[in-house]
Amino acid sequence: MESSQADINREIEAAAQQSGGPQPKIDYAPYRSSILRHPKQPAHLIDPEAVELWAPAFGHRDVADDEADLTIQHAGTPLGERIVVTGRVLDGDGRPVAGQLVEVWQANAAGRYRHQRDQHPAPHDPNFTGVGRMLTGPDGTYRFQTIKPGPYPWRNHINAWRPAHIHFSIFGTDFTQRLVTQMYFPGDPLFPLDPIYQSITDPKARELLIAQYDHDVTTPEWSTGYRWDIVLTGTHRTPLESDTEEEVK
Amino acid sequence: MSAVPGQTVGPFFHLGLEYDGMNELVPPGHPRALRLHGHVYDGAGDPVPDAVIEIWQADPQGHILRQPGSLRRDGWTFTGWGRAATGPDGHYQFTTLEPGATEPGKAPFFAVTVFARGLLDRLFTRAYLPDDPDVLANDTLLESVAPDRRATLIARRDPDGAVFDIRLQGDDETIFLTYPRLRDAWA
Repeated sequence: MESSQADINREIEAAAQQSGGPQPKIDYAPYRSSILRHPKQPAHLIDPEAVELWAPAFGHRDVADDEADLTIQHAGTPLGERIVVTGRVLDGDGRPVAGQLVEVWQANAAGRYRHQRDQHPAPHDPNFTGVGRMLTGPDGTYRFQTIKPGPYPWRNHINAWRPAHIHFSIFGTDFTQRLVTQMYFPGDPLFPLDPIYQSITDPKARELLIAQYDHDVTTPEWSTGYRWDIVLTGTHRTPLESDTEEEVK
Repeated sequence: MSAVPGQTVGPFFHLGLEYDGMNELVPPGHPRALRLHGHVYDGAGDPVPDAVIEIWQADPQGHILRQPGSLRRDGWTFTGWGRAATGPDGHYQFTTLEPGATEPGKAPFFAVTVFARGLLDRLFTRAYLPDDPDVLANDTLLESVAPDRRATLIARRDPDGAVFDIRLQGDDETIFLTYPRLRDAWA
């Protein structure tokens, strides 16, 4: 039988009582799809070697500047609240991650993804794809302009809705820092009900995924602004100047 | 500093992560092209049709590359990095070159990252080339894992290249890795 939101809430509460770290619990049954897809053996601890001490390099050959504006990819203007999202990518020791690739994807303002598997009967926006890419600057700053995504239903349980979010894919300066995560918006009423967000059982760690509204990023007569800093894990190798250079031969 | 937690790549990652040529580190017609491929399976043994696999490797001479161009491949520059999504049958494939030993006597491997709908955080593993048993026997990682699970880290040869299946859960669960600074990141 399909679970209700009340069933899921009880499971979320029960899981929150068990010890867990600030990473998501990969064994987290309230997120039904995780049941058969998480390893049961503990991860094997090893010192990284060779390529694991380095990250792939990306550069301006890979990413055009206008890929950071998700509102100009079609002939018309997308519908919804225009926003700018910016922040810095830092490693676990506070060093900026410079010149590195950030990829983002998201639903449109109505909560619909431009993806054939999204059958939520909310409108597509012919002027919005929902995909962006950018490189971080010398101080680790990334910045993109988009439309605030809407919340959307999914089939984890009856009446399941995801809080509005933007997916982020981030590289550090070594392979072990690779991160795919989701950025959320402050004050979302769906937070307590969402098993993906609640799979991080440490409340302080969960809050690290919430952007802050920043009036200094907001621009007059144009868009609101959000700030979200992304701290990766620490590097296993002290990054070199050349980590930030392009076309190193 | 506290590291940002991961979250699942979700069911709609194709939208943001797919691009032309992402799994072709070299063109398929390249004279030294190696096909690295396999299936991703869940704990019931069913294929996982919505996983993303990334590989990061040395070149055939064992050099670790610092070349951009993985997103817009020019057909000539080998970057050492690629991404593949599994199809409806859980199968993924890359066209690449054999990684070389980064130091004499070291076992060559692909560093592998796994993402999927239903997987709340990324997984790391390695896919070793199977050819030299002496080199594999002396590898630090392979020596340190349970002998009955060691094979999960070693690709097997087929006529086109190498097969590396990934089992997220179950009796033949792949060995997934963690690294020291992932452990201390939240201390």
